Amino acid sequence: MKSALLPERGPGDRLTAIFWRRPRVLLLLLITPPLLWLGVVYIGSLAALLLQSFYSIDEFSGLVVREFTLKTYVELFRPANFDIIRRTLVMSASVTLASAVLAFPIAYYAARYATGRWKAVFYLGIMLPLWSSYLVKVYAWKLILAKEGIVTWVADGLGLGFLLDAALALPGVGGNSLSTSFLGTFLVFVYVWLPYMILPMQAALERVPKSMLEASADLGASSAQTFRTVILPLAMPGVIAGSIFTFSLTMGDYIIPQIVGTSARFIGLAVYQLQGTAGNLPLAAAFAVVPIIIMLIYLSLAKRAGAFDAL
Amino acid sequence: MRTLELMGTSALALLMAIAPAAAQITAIGASEGQVNIVAWAGYIERGETDAAFDWVTGFEAASGCKVNVKTANTSDEMVALMNEGGFDLVTASGDASLRLIAGHRVQPINVDLIPSWSTVDERLKNAPWYVVDGVHYGVPYMWGPNVLMYNTEAFKGAPPTSWNVVFEEMTLPDGKSNKGRVQAYDGPIHIADAAQYLMAHSPELGITSPYELNEAQYAAALNLLRVQRTLVGRYWHDAFIQMDDFKNEGVVASGSWPFQVNLLQSEGVPVASVIPAEGATGWADTTMLHADAANPNCAYKWIEHSLASNLQSDLAVWFGANPSVPAACTDGRGMLDAAGCTANGMDDFDKIRFWTTPVSTCAQGECVPYYRWVSDYIGVIGGR
Repeated sequence: MKSALLPERGPGDRLTAIFWRRPRVLLLLLITPPLLWLGVVYIGSLAALLLQSFYSIDEFSGLVVREFTLKTYVELFRPANFDIIRRTLVMSASVTLASAVLAFPIAYYAARYATGRWKAVFYLGIMLPLWSSYLVKVYAWKLILAKEGIVTWVADGLGLGFLLDAALALPGVGGNSLSTSFLGTFLVFVYVWLPYMILPMQAALERVPKSMLEASADLGASSAQTFRTVILPLAMPGVIAGSIFTFSLTMGDYIIPQIVGTSARFIGLAVYQLQGTAGNLPLAAAFAVVPIIIMLIYLSLAKRAGAFDAL
Repeated sequence: MRTLELMGTSALALLMAIAPAAAQITAIGASEGQVNIVAWAGYIERGETDAAFDWVTGFEAASGCKVNVKTANTSDEMVALMNEGGFDLVTASGDASLRLIAGHRVQPINVDLIPSWSTVDERLKNAPWYVVDGVHYGVPYMWGPNVLMYNTEAFKGAPPTSWNVVFEEMTLPDGKSNKGRVQAYDGPIHIADAAQYLMAHSPELGITSPYELNEAQYAAALNLLRVQRTLVGRYWHDAFIQMDDFKNEGVVASGSWPFQVNLLQSEGVPVASVIPAEGATGWADTTMLHADAANPNCAYKWIEHSLASNLQSDLAVWFGANPSVPAACTDGRGMLDAAGCTANGMDDFDKIRFWTTPVSTCAQGECVPYYRWVSDYIGVIGGR
């Protein structure tokens, strides 16, 4: 009499049998490496950073005191440090707003009107700047915005030099030239992060069903009304997703404000300098926690607005 | 148990007593085949950037030691790399060298094993940034001043003689204000430049060293820097960005290095440099040997090479710096000549106060330590 079961053919079969009988073993085996990566490398380093921020620096020797304290967080609210946080937040918010305003028409055209070859041209046009080195772009902008650069030259040539001068005379954001003012930093930020706003927006706009627009028109809505009540709400998750990119990328960047701007510090720059030259790791860590908290608040608000529903 | 403890402690005590004696080697043995150096960019050239500048291949052929270079961009990177280990030598600046010594990262150098030690500049032989309690923790490599670079057209006929052109608002010889047309170094060590200016102009503060400031002196220096902030469009930290600013941004005066001055002059930009009446700050780099160097023999051979060969001469030309061996200015071992040494500030040694890390204990009792220089300079640049 023959057995209904086929005989085992070796260790491979035995292994398969184990996986078949206990599917959790296979799951565990597959998921352990990425979990370790996430747990140790990602969360672990973050936790080490967090821990540092609860230490403080000794006033006299400049050495790190490894005792739990909130002193370092109080330091964040010293005027000079709080300035940095406020400056970074204002910059991130304005870059995000400007990117949204600029990106919407581009994304809208690319999603709804561009077809065939034009669509490819749009995609390429948006992606192309991302393929060249970030540093090259920033240095190029430094030259474009310089006092003796092309922007000033064109403005003077068109007799619009007074407009540029008026913009540079604005208190707070102006400066000696575009490349040494907050205005210049802002322009470069918007240029560099714009694609990250356009792409999610375009994806969201492409998902707005045409039938809804037709229904809206059939019901007598003007195009402005359709835009306000149908397209914008449906595209909002894309706008929010894009804003997460532009907001967080601006907040973390420390290269652009080093090359273009007034040399006033942003959070990223402050962290870089404090952990480096100063050896003030606790304050650097506390500064690094600020964007994390801001982004957590931002993400929870975005979640409430439905930005992740499509995920 | 008690005996064990006793044995343990005595063994430890014995080890600690022996360790410093063992740290310094007494004779140079056979080559290990390689030497690993942490250096500033452009400090160790093997003719790959420019064929005319090569002070490595000759050494490798003669000594049998392959030179491996890890370049670092800041003093802190250097300290971090040396803490990590795996290197034999480092070209440390004055704001890193004392930290390395205090952290026991470097070992004393036996200068008797270096034949060319006698040729080293007398002014550098016992410099406080690498000699502690009479022990030499390295050998001088290169030094240079932080000069005042200015545009010769803006200062037509009346070159600046004081740092006041970058510290106080004034009308320059070309009839325009200096507001927005000057720069300052984007590093906390620049506070020392302000302190040095005050040494000459506010003697009542009693500053004796720009790196040792008490609270009152420090506050006065910060106030001066706040005035400077209103004049400066952007601070400089990258030599090439500064050169670009002199060309495209209308900047006409700034603290700078001979490196930028030489390069801009070679491009035909109308600039010149001066060490103003108040004197200048400067940097002096030292070759230091790692406490756990794996290749001490090759390291000692490199140190000798750094003093004896064309390195001192050609590197001075390459970097706009000054050799630590004065003979290199004139003996034709490389491309440097006496005029080049003068241009780089060789004769101005006495006017220069070299970078050292400010620490809390100082001659006048208690001084403001470096970490506060960092956070306060951030505040000043941010407009506080």
